[in-house]
Amino acid sequence: MNEVILIGGMALVTFTIRYSLMALVGKISLPAPVLRALKFVPPAVLTAIIVPAIVYKGDQLALSYTNDYLVAGIVTALVGWRSKNLLLTILVGMGTLFAWRWLLSTHLFG
Amino acid sequence: MTRLTTAEPQSQTRSRTRRTEFLTGAKDTIPLVLGAIPFAIIFGAVAGSSGLSAGGTVAMSVFVFAGSAQFIATNLIASNTPGAVIILTTFVVNLRHALYSATLAPHVKRLPQRWLIPLAFWLTDESFMIVISHYNKPDASPFKHWYFLGSELIMYSNWVAFTGVGVLAGKVIGENSGLDFAMVATFIGLVVPFVKSRAARVSVLCAGVSSIFTYSMPNKLGLIVAALLGIVAGMVVETFWPEPIEPIELNAALPVTDPLLQKESEVG
Repeated sequence: MNEVILIGGMALVTFTIRYSLMALVGKISLPAPVLRALKFVPPAVLTAIIVPAIVYKGDQLALSYTNDYLVAGIVTALVGWRSKNLLLTILVGMGTLFAWRWLLSTHLFG
Repeated sequence: MTRLTTAEPQSQTRSRTRRTEFLTGAKDTIPLVLGAIPFAIIFGAVAGSSGLSAGGTVAMSVFVFAGSAQFIATNLIASNTPGAVIILTTFVVNLRHALYSATLAPHVKRLPQRWLIPLAFWLTDESFMIVISHYNKPDASPFKHWYFLGSELIMYSNWVAFTGVGVLAGKVIGENSGLDFAMVATFIGLVVPFVKSRAARVSVLCAGVSSIFTYSMPNKLGLIVAALLGIVAGMVVETFWPEPIEPIELNAALPVTDPLLQKESEVG
């Protein structure tokens, strides 16, 4: 498929998703259960993106200390929970990933 | 300020307030902008090796502006997936934005189309999280849409610029650089403040565990299934096992959002 059509199509579906409810909801009122459900959406969706990204290596489940993403992800979550500082959380997370990779590369753990 | 400058006090105060909201929105988004930089660079770098042209790579950041969907699209392009499937996958991966959009809608319903269209076009996970917590603050500023715009424009310009850097850096950055972990770290930082109630804890736990088991579903559908299971779990716990006292932290950086309790305080 032509690149222009591909990017145009991706842009169109993305904008439609982002725009339609924002434009409509002011005019119609959503039922209360939908409004209650909405507050669970962002953490649930983001968690469903995060967890596979850190527990899988390629298509293989990798629940091991040798999985650098898993170790760094756990440390990131702990720092976020304790510090409540977003920038610190991201920086320590990245730092942990590179530090853990280096530690693994030294073969200290066999 | 002296009496001499009061010739047009009304418009000065108004423009300063708009300006302040705009700049504060941009400033509050800086941590997330920094988290997006490595991710934008890695996108720019790997999109080229997937078969997308340099112009197409930058165009995708300019016109689609959806980090995780763009990244998944480059993976699919690399494996020669038909364009229709890539567009469908983009739809599924970005479906969460419909819910961000609906959550923000009560706050922006008085804005004219010339505001709604750009605000919707530039909506991302990052700006949503920052902006919704600003709308939930009790102050009745009529210019919170300028805060919204400030947050979105700094995310957008940063994303496009560093996509370009990634394209230029190209092959210097290897496949396995670890830079894509920046998106994971950013998302983790965004989720943690939400997990304050029992219902939210169960919801996140359920979504996380489900996502491991639904990962092999085709076209990233597992993401939506796992998220829906998490949302249902949260609602069930909230309904049948409510907490004795709801934690209230008005000044928390990113409070749990409850659209039912939000004030509507915008003007166009």
